[in-house]
Amino acid sequence: MSLTTHFPLCFLFSLFQMQFMLLFSRQGKLRLQKWYVPLSDKEKKKITRELVQTVLARKPKMCSFLEWRDLKIVYKRYASLYFCCAIEDQDNELITLEIIHRYVELLDKYFGSVCELDIIFNFEKAYFILDEFLLGGEAQETSKKNVLKAIEQADLLQEVRHRMKSK
Amino acid sequence: MSDVVEKTLTALPSLLSLDSQPGSAKLSSTSKLGNLIRGITELTSKHEEEKLIQRELASIKEQVSSPNTSMRQMKELMVRAIYCESLGYEASFSYIHAIKLAQQGTVLEKRVGYLAVSLFLNESHELLLLLVNTVLKDLQSTNLIEVCMALTVVSQMFPKDMIPAILPLVEEKLNHPKEIIRRKAVLALYKFYLIAPNQVQHIHNKFRKALCDKDPGVMTASLHIYLQMIQENPEGYKDLTASFVTILKQVVGGKLPMDFNYHSVPAPWLQIQLLRILSLLGKNDQSTSEIMYEVLDESLRRAEMNHNITYAILYECVKCIYTIHPKSDLLEKAAKCIGNFVLSPKINLKYLGLKALTYVVQQDPKLALQHQMTIIECLDHPDLIIKRETLELLFRITNAQNVTVIVEKMLEFLHSNTDDYTTIDLVGKVAELAEKYAPGNEWFIETMNTVFSVGGDMMQPDIPNSFLKLLSEGFDTVEEDRKLRLFAVDSYVSLLQGEPGKLPQRFLQVISWVLGEYSHLREELEPATVMRLLAKLLDMKQTSSETKSWVLLAMTKLVRAGQVFQSAQEVSETYGSSMDTVLRQRAQELQHLSQDCELRARVLPQDAGLEPLEVDSSLSFLDGFVSEALAAGAAPYKPPHQRQEELAQAKALSLEPYGLSLPISMSSCSIADRQSPTLLSMSSGLSGDSTDLSHKGSSTTLKLDGVKRVWGREGYLAQREAVEEAAQVEVPSPLRSPSQQAEADSSHSQTPTPTPTPEPDQEKQQLASSLFFGLSSQSSVCLMGKSEPTPQRFRRKAKGQASSSGAAEQISNSLVSAPSAVDNFLCNNLLDSNITSQVGISSSEQTSELSQGPATTNGTCDTEAESTDGDIKGSNPSLIIGDNGLVAADPTPHKDPGSPKDFCLSSHLPAELSELCRSEITPLCSNQSLGLSACHVHKEDSLVLVVFITNSSDAAIRQILLDLDSEQLQVSCVSDSPVEDVTSHSVAMHQFSLTVKRPSVHVEVVGMVSYQLPVGTPQEVQFSYKLPLTSFIRPLTVSTEEYGTMWLSFSHDTKQNLTLISDGEEPLTATLNVLKEKLQLHIVEIIGMEGIIACQLLRDQPCLMHCRVHADVLAVWLRSPVPDLPDCLIYHCQRALQEH
Repeated sequence: MSLTTHFPLCFLFSLFQMQFMLLFSRQGKLRLQKWYVPLSDKEKKKITRELVQTVLARKPKMCSFLEWRDLKIVYKRYASLYFCCAIEDQDNELITLEIIHRYVELLDKYFGSVCELDIIFNFEKAYFILDEFLLGGEAQETSKKNVLKAIEQADLLQEVRHRMKSK
Repeated sequence: MSDVVEKTLTALPSLLSLDSQPGSAKLSSTSKLGNLIRGITELTSKHEEEKLIQRELASIKEQVSSPNTSMRQMKELMVRAIYCESLGYEASFSYIHAIKLAQQGTVLEKRVGYLAVSLFLNESHELLLLLVNTVLKDLQSTNLIEVCMALTVVSQMFPKDMIPAILPLVEEKLNHPKEIIRRKAVLALYKFYLIAPNQVQHIHNKFRKALCDKDPGVMTASLHIYLQMIQENPEGYKDLTASFVTILKQVVGGKLPMDFNYHSVPAPWLQIQLLRILSLLGKNDQSTSEIMYEVLDESLRRAEMNHNITYAILYECVKCIYTIHPKSDLLEKAAKCIGNFVLSPKINLKYLGLKALTYVVQQDPKLALQHQMTIIECLDHPDLIIKRETLELLFRITNAQNVTVIVEKMLEFLHSNTDDYTTIDLVGKVAELAEKYAPGNEWFIETMNTVFSVGGDMMQPDIPNSFLKLLSEGFDTVEEDRKLRLFAVDSYVSLLQGEPGKLPQRFLQVISWVLGEYSHLREELEPATVMRLLAKLLDMKQTSSETKSWVLLAMTKLVRAGQVFQSAQEVSETYGSSMDTVLRQRAQELQHLSQDCELRARVLPQDAGLEPLEVDSSLSFLDGFVSEALAAGAAPYKPPHQRQEELAQAKALSLEPYGLSLPISMSSCSIADRQSPTLLSMSSGLSGDSTDLSHKGSSTTLKLDGVKRVWGREGYLAQREAVEEAAQVEVPSPLRSPSQQAEADSSHSQTPTPTPTPEPDQEKQQLASSLFFGLSSQSSVCLMGKSEPTPQRFRRKAKGQASSSGAAEQISNSLVSAPSAVDNFLCNNLLDSNITSQVGISSSEQTSELSQGPATTNGTCDTEAESTDGDIKGSNPSLIIGDNGLVAADPTPHKDPGSPKDFCLSSHLPAELSELCRSEITPLCSNQSLGLSACHVHKEDSLVLVVFITNSSDAAIRQILLDLDSEQLQVSCVSDSPVEDVTSHSVAMHQFSLTVKRPSVHVEVVGMVSYQLPVGTPQEVQFSYKLPLTSFIRPLTVSTEEYGTMWLSFSHDTKQNLTLISDGEEPLTATLNVLKEKLQLHIVEIIGMEGIIACQLLRDQPCLMHCRVHADVLAVWLRSPVPDLPDCLIYHCQRALQEH
């Protein structure tokens, strides 16, 4: 069964577009999910369940890539968190691995030594950063500085407003 | 950094209670979200979690719907709702509030609102429509952050139909002073391009501006669009090659700001994007490729650092070098690069190396030789994905010599594999290889047995189909075919004697079919034995009813031997009362056919599989039925997409936004321009059609044959070939072991670096020699001394009219046709039982007619013609000549008159008509005194029907009155004063002008002539004249722009896939030219893989046609303001291509 058969055919997808990104803990708890292809909730849950199981079963020295249905899964573990992306077979697995790494770098820079708890409690921030970095499944802005600048500008506004309100 | 993260796990419990760790500084310990998360973490059971969340959701629900909740609180609630949803609990009540938050909140609240919307809803969610106005407002905001947010959400999800509403605003943003806005606008347009390409095609020149943007981020973003567009139409962007090369040069040379560096590699994402674009542009294009050699060389040289990111670039570089027109020194460097990957101890790199190798071995199989020992090692790698990729590689280097070893390895993997997807894929590949390269009957049957047992009921259904097709059609000599079938029979009999309960259903079906069809070949095998084995299958409880009906069918074939009558009766009695109607029917068939051997011989002839059957895929034999139904008031058929569209239109809201602060005229007129389908992919523009599916399907299969070796003789390969020739001269002595040969081969195959493989053990060496056998000797000399001109063993016999599209139908047809004929006849006559032998006989006639039905293909025309004959009530029916000639004649009118009769009548044609295109003059009816003939003449703006009345008597005929009528046509008399009298042995002529009222595939005119002979009473003759709709089709000359405007305004459409014609020329052009010639169409423009065609139905009823090549079919989309016209036209297109 092909994943692509579930998509409405009117959508044309780029061959190099990420299909989805999942973040889950070593205990299999989903922390973040971003879907770049339209799928039903049921399908999403099924995919998540299957993938979390498969990835958690992998041994540490194994390849970071997986074949799954007709997609490639690229995953990497950072401390207690697994970052897991699904890409098309024609795509470049190594660059996806580096996309994950760049995202972790961005999180790290923003939260200052990021840990799983930061992501748990501030998941909406993690989403904001992801959206600023990847848009529609493609790398949008690869300059670390620019991504953070965009996020901080929006955050700054928040603080200004807070201060104004408290006055 | 990951160390830092590591510590949190251990710190987790203390963090939760103390809140003092640095990581938690930003958590608000008192927030409700914090409490919720903490609460969840403390719980131990799933049940408790559910209870807690349900409570939480109830409280959120209550608060969000309260009017007193401020937007600020709403924001907080929304975050909690997102959290609950991400745990898998539905919070759909909050969706509408998310939209409201995005609409009414301040910037920050808006941000959460938009986030919630993008997480909760998907592209097709109807609530998204409510977001359109918010997006519109924010796009016009002066606050940059609001504009950014709107653009971000638009690039993630936006209802396709609403794109025109915001497009002008997004376009405007391409000129925004802030680069972040420009970048996001480009990405939003990219997204629009993906979901609705025709809407953004007018802004192509703006994309070029984005490509030249001074900000590298904007430029990078524009490359996404270019990659996509170039993928679809590389020809259109060749002029940009030099620009892309220049950009890549600058990037590689480190000219970009440091910000874009990633681990001190300059803009790697940008580099990779450019390399992908270059490989698309340089593919099969020497001059374009030459422009990029230098920069590719530099990229390879610069990427030296030992980091994943450099390897990612190198991989892309290698792929590019092997895709474009080859250059020997680059290939050498790329090959070396692949070597480094493959030999790397890092498993990720090794994997990528194998993947690259798999990509290039199609063009350069010898590269696999260099790495044979590594490949062997990878075959035993503990990580399955490495094994799997290695098998993929082996699959691509399989030839007649190494097939057995490679298939063995693949089967080995299959036996240990648990993943269904892999099984399906691999089983298909094994079947493909077995069919292509099988070294012998025995091996082939045994391999296929494994395929069927392992593949089970998951595998692609075309595997058993093509296997049975192969068996039934035969491939080589009669003797070989017989042997193969015999072997299959033997093998299956012994399988059934074993434990048939373990075999998958599909396999049992194949077995039943083969035994039914061919067990008579084994003379010493008693039909009773086979019958008993089959009966055993029926008794097993795991046998599905589908399999049972295959078994019953096989039994029906077996009873021809006669001795097994008794057991057949028993079986048919058992299943004659089955609840399953199909089974019951099969049982009935078995019963009746076992009693009537004459009928059986006719219905199920032995070796029937050999006779090719043709299928009328257009189902034209149903035309009569359809028109009857239509006449009886049934609604005309509409394809699903059209139905959906109409449904959507019927209930849709007005989608034009109100209060849009831009001039309406501008937005609406630009919409019209945009949707012109001229350039871009149509099939992606609207609801899905089969084209996409078939395209997808075909892309998964490997196209192994026909892969061109890209480079010419003077290229890199030339050197190698020279070396090989030297190797081939020294014919190995028979004593030399295969492993030595392999060594010899590898030593000859010019390794750039000495292969640093350690001395492998004997076993591996042997495996290597068998795996890579034949790779080095591919060119001519065969080391085994047995020259094999045809490496493909089971070559299908060329069939008479086997068209490429027909193949699939023929497969199923050859399998099913016989039973289906029986089906019909049983449905009609036998099911209600009480059959006397008389009924049997009469029905057997019908059966034979039915089974002939498909053989005469499009037989409808003939039968229709017969029925028209029946309408003619002339006084001497025996003289009536049917109008078959006209109906079946090709739609192109004859220019030169054929028969002498035609000639003498044609001389009566008025001068202004005789020069024009016309049909043959066809006799309609005649009697002793008078004959009627007719033809139709194609005038530029009308169709003229000319009826000739020949007086064949010796007396004058008077008071002739000719009256024509038609359901589908408007008939008007052209002649001013119609001739009423015809003197003896002369000809009178009537002209009528015809126009179409209601399109139909064929249209018919019924007429009546009344006349008076000198003696006797007034007489009447009736006749009918049938002509194809194509006679009314004329080319419609429009420009591409006009076409675009017209396309939009037409409401009736149809889509279909047609067969492409490929005789030498470019298939699209060839096919369109055939259509143009035969159907009088006007080709407006052909761009790349697409073409647009226009025609009109007399008068002034346009029909537009958009064609696009998809894999090997032509996807055609027709539109017209006239109902039914597209459907009729597509029918004629099909016919025209079939007849070609």
